[in-house]
Amino acid sequence: MRKTLLDIKNLRLSFFTPAGEVKALNDISISMQEGDVLGIVGESGSGKSVTASAIMGLTAYPGKIIGGTIDFNGHRINEMSEKEMRKIRGKEVSMIFQDPMTSLNPVYTIGNQIMEVLKLHTDLNKQQAYERSVELLKLVGINEPEKRLKQYPHELSGGMRQRVMIAIGLACEPKLLIADEPTTALDVTIQAQILELMMELKNKINMSIIMITHDLGIVANMCDKIVVMYAGKVVETGTADEIFYNPKHEYTKGLLRSIPKLDSEKHEKLIPIEGTPVDLLNPPAGCPFAPRCGQCMKICLKRMPEFTELSDTHKSACWMLQKEAFEQKRREEK
Amino acid sequence: MSLANEKSTKNNTLVEVRNLKQYFPVSYGLFSKKYIKAIDDVSFNIKRGETLGLVGESGCGKTTTGRSILRLYEPTGGRIIYDGVDITKVDMKPYRKKMQIVFQDPYASLDPRMTVGDIIGEPIDINKLAGSKKERTYMILEMLNRVGLNSEHANRYPHEFSGGQRQRIGIARALAVNPEFIVCDEPISALDVSIQAQIVNMFEELQEKMGLTYLFIAHDISVVEHISNRIGVMYLGKLVELADSHELVFHNVHPYTRSLISAVPIPDPASSRKRKRIVLEGDVPSPLNPPSGCRFCTRCPYADERCKTEEPKLTEISNGHYAACHHLDKVQGN
Amino acid sequence: MDNKKKPLSFHLDVSDFLPADEREKQSMVVMRESVSFWKDGFRRLRKNKLAMASLVVIIIIMISAFIVPSFYPYSYEQQIRGSENLGIMEYSDAEIERIKSGEEVFPHILGTDSLGRDLMIRIMVGSKISLLVGIVASAIILVIGSAYGSIAGYFGGKVDMIMMRAVDIIYTVPDILIIILLSVTLKFPLKELADNVKAFAWINTVGIGLISIFVVFSLLYWVGMARIVRGQVLMLKEQEYVVAAKALGASDSRIIKKHLLTNSIGTLIVTTTLQIPSSIFTESFLSFLGLGVSAPMPSLGSLASQAIGGISSYPHRLMAPAIVISLIILSFNLLGDGLRDAFDPRLKN
Repeated sequence: MRKTLLDIKNLRLSFFTPAGEVKALNDISISMQEGDVLGIVGESGSGKSVTASAIMGLTAYPGKIIGGTIDFNGHRINEMSEKEMRKIRGKEVSMIFQDPMTSLNPVYTIGNQIMEVLKLHTDLNKQQAYERSVELLKLVGINEPEKRLKQYPHELSGGMRQRVMIAIGLACEPKLLIADEPTTALDVTIQAQILELMMELKNKINMSIIMITHDLGIVANMCDKIVVMYAGKVVETGTADEIFYNPKHEYTKGLLRSIPKLDSEKHEKLIPIEGTPVDLLNPPAGCPFAPRCGQCMKICLKRMPEFTELSDTHKSACWMLQKEAFEQKRREEK
Repeated sequence: MSLANEKSTKNNTLVEVRNLKQYFPVSYGLFSKKYIKAIDDVSFNIKRGETLGLVGESGCGKTTTGRSILRLYEPTGGRIIYDGVDITKVDMKPYRKKMQIVFQDPYASLDPRMTVGDIIGEPIDINKLAGSKKERTYMILEMLNRVGLNSEHANRYPHEFSGGQRQRIGIARALAVNPEFIVCDEPISALDVSIQAQIVNMFEELQEKMGLTYLFIAHDISVVEHISNRIGVMYLGKLVELADSHELVFHNVHPYTRSLISAVPIPDPASSRKRKRIVLEGDVPSPLNPPSGCRFCTRCPYADERCKTEEPKLTEISNGHYAACHHLDKVQGN
Repeated sequence: MDNKKKPLSFHLDVSDFLPADEREKQSMVVMRESVSFWKDGFRRLRKNKLAMASLVVIIIIMISAFIVPSFYPYSYEQQIRGSENLGIMEYSDAEIERIKSGEEVFPHILGTDSLGRDLMIRIMVGSKISLLVGIVASAIILVIGSAYGSIAGYFGGKVDMIMMRAVDIIYTVPDILIIILLSVTLKFPLKELADNVKAFAWINTVGIGLISIFVVFSLLYWVGMARIVRGQVLMLKEQEYVVAAKALGASDSRIIKKHLLTNSIGTLIVTTTLQIPSSIFTESFLSFLGLGVSAPMPSLGSLASQAIGGISSYPHRLMAPAIVISLIILSFNLLGDGLRDAFDPRLKN
C-alpha cells in the first residue's frame, strides 16, 4: 500500500477583497499517493491554481484559509509558519509556473538562480553546487550546460526557460512537483518535449506530480488520477479511464462533448456547455454548475450535492447520482 | 503545377495571396539594418464560402499573414487580390466593409471606455450604413441578437462581461458591416474550454447564414481541423503544406506537419497510449536569422546537404494537396 | 459498478428532484450592477478625505471670488476718502459718524489700503483674477498640448521626431525673459488697438501684462502637456482596439479623438488640475513683479507686492493674499493628486 503523500480535507479558502468575499475554494478534498501523477482540470475560476498555491503555503493576500486541513508528507501545511514553510519549499515540494519569463528573475544568470536553491536547502559548497547545476541542466536536456549557466533568462527560448524552471524545481529532488499550466504558453511541439521530459524525470527520481491544466488532452496522456474542479468545488475524481470513458458529472460530460477531437474520422458537431462561468463574488446557493446544467433539478439550485462514490477511485458530486441511488433503493425495497 | 501560377477563376476565388512578403526592420546600430522575415514569399487562395485554416507555431507568421491581407501591415512585397481586384496598394476604405477581422484577445480588442452599443455602432458610423438614429439602434440590436446577446447589454461596458461574451461583441462588431470575408485571428485561444465550443459553433452558424468566407488562424490544431475545409501549415514565414483538413491530419507528408500533428495531445487515454509520437529536437530558430535553404532543415530528421542550400518549392503532390519538401518520397514511404 | 448508497437525510423532498425550469436557473445568474469608469472613479475620490476637503475649500474660494463680489457693498476700485490705512475691522472717523447717525456701515474686514480701498473685496476680486488666469491658461495648455502631443505620438517616425525636437527647443527658452520682452513690445500696438477699436476695449481693463502672460502660456507652457499626452498616445496606440478601429476603416482623426484621447482623459484631467496651481503661481509671481495685471485691477500677487511697503505696520496686508494664494495652490494640488489616485487605471484590479 503506497503512502499517502498529500491529503487535503474540506479546505475552504476565500479572498477578502474590497468588493466582497470571493469564495475561491469551497470545501474541497483531494488526496494522492506517492508516485501518482494527479491532474487537476478546470477553467478560470475553478480554483485549481489557488489549490496549488495553498499547498505551497503561498496564498496571496487578501486570501486566507478559513477551514479544513492540508497534510503533506507528514506536515500540516495550514498550521505551519512561514519560516517552517521555507524549509520545505524547494526541498520537499516544488512548483513550476505557467510563464517562465516572469518566474525567472531577469537580472540574475541561470546559474545564479539554480545555485540559490541549492544554497538554501543543501550544504553543498560553491564548487559542488556548480557541478550539481551542470548535472541538472543535462538532466533536463539542455545542451552546453556550462554556457547556459552563464546566460540570462532573456537569452533563452521559452522551451529552454521552462526546462530551467524544471531544473530549479528538481534541484533538491522533491517528493512532489506541482506544475501549474507549465506548457500553456509554449508551442505544441515544445509542449510535447516538456511533457515527455517530466514523465522521464518522474521515473528517474521517483517523484510525484500534480499537473494543473485546462487541457484535457494533456491529462489523458499523463495522469493516473484526475480531479475535475468547477467554481471552487471538486465535482468529480477518478482514474483517467473512468473520467474519459465513464464520466459521471454533467460538467465533465459537457467538457468532453465540447472539445474537438483530432482523431475522429467524421465531423461531429461540438456540443458546447451553455451559459457563462460563475461569478465567485455571488456564487449560487446550490451546485455551482446548476445554472448551466442540462439536467438541473430543483434541488440542484437549493443545496450543494454530496459525493456519490462509484468505486474506490471514482466519485462525483451530483444530485442525479443521489437520485439514481435513491430510486434503486426504493426498487430494492419493493 | 505551382500554386502561384494557378489561374484564379474570378467566380470561385475570393482572396488570392501571391508571393506575399512581410519584413519588419530591426535596426542594430547606425549602419546595419536587419529584418525579421515574418512572411517570406507565401502564396495561397481562399475560395468563396470556404474556411481556410492556418496553423503554425510562434514565429511562423500566421497572424502577420492575416493582418497583411487586411493591410493592417503594409506588405513589403507580393500582391493581395480580392475578388479579382489587386488591392495591394489601393485605398482600403471601400474594402473595409467587405473584409473584417476578429481578434484573439477579447480583453484588449474592445475600447474600455465605450459602451457595447457604441462599439458595435462604430463601424456603422464610419461607413455611414444607417440613415437615422433609429435605424442605427435597430442595426446594433440585430447584431447583438445574432451573437446571442440582447438589448440590455448595449449600455454596458466591456469590463462587465466575461471573455466569451466579449468575444461575441467583437464578432458582432465585425459583422455590423455585413462583410464577405473575415480573418479570425486566434479568436478562441484566450477563452475557457467550455466557452470555446459555443464560439466555434457560432462561427459555423454565421458562416452558413451569411455566406461568409473565413481565414481561421489558430495554434490549436484540433479546433482548426474541426472548422476548416482546408488547412495550411506555416513554419518560419513559409507555407510548408496545404491540403484538405482531413487529408492534412491523416495523410500529411511534410516532416514538420507530421511532428506537429503527432505532438497534439489527444483527450483519449487509450489512443494516447497507443500513439507514436514524433518529438522534434531543439527549438524554433529565430526569424531574424532563418536557416538557409529549407527553413526546417535544422530540426528535420530527413535533412541533407541539398536541404541546407536549396529551398524547396510548394508543389502539388495530389489533387489540392501541396507540400514543400525535397524528400517527399521518403516521408510518404513511412 | 458498486453503488455505495449514501444515507439520505430527512430534509430531502422528492419533488426537489424534478427538473428545474429556465426561469429558476436564470434567477441564479444575476449580472452585477453597471459601473462606468466615472462612477467608479468618483466613488474612489469620495473616499479620499483630503481630496474632498480640498474640493470644498476650492468651492468656497470660488464662491467668494465669483459670486460674493456682486453682493459686496464695496467694489475693488472704490477709493473711500478718509478711510485710508484702516486696520482690521477698524472704522474711519467719517464712518463712525455715519454709524452714530444710524446708518449701517459694512465693516472693512481686512481694513483698507493706502488709497482707501477695501482690502477684503480686493482680495476676493484678486482671487477671481488668479483663478481665471489659472483656468484659462490651463485650458489653452490642454488644447494645444493634447493636440500637438497626440499628433506626434500617433504618427510617430519622422513627424514625431521633428515635433519633439521643436518641443525640446521651446523648453530651453527662458520664459520670464520672453514675458518681459513681450509685455514691452506688445504694449504700444495693443494700446493702439484698445484705444481705437471699440471691440478691443477690454484690453485696457484686463491689462497688457495679463495678455502677455496669456500669449506666453500659449506659446511656451503647453510643452509639458504635449510630452505627457504623447507618452499616453504612444502607449495606447499599440492596444488592440486601436488596430480594430483601423480595421473598421476609422480615419486617423477619429482614432485620435474617440479612442486615444478618450482613454487618456484620466491623465488629461489630472494634469490639467495640477497645471492650474502652476499657472496661478506664475501669474502671481509676475504680478508681484509688476508684469501682470495693471492697476487698479487687483491680483493676489500685486496685492502682495503693494503690501511689502507697509509690512511692519500692516502685516495683514501681505499675510492675507499670501495665505489665499497658498490655499488655492495647495487645494488644487491635493485635488489633483486625489484625482490621479482615483482615476489611475493601474490601480484598478
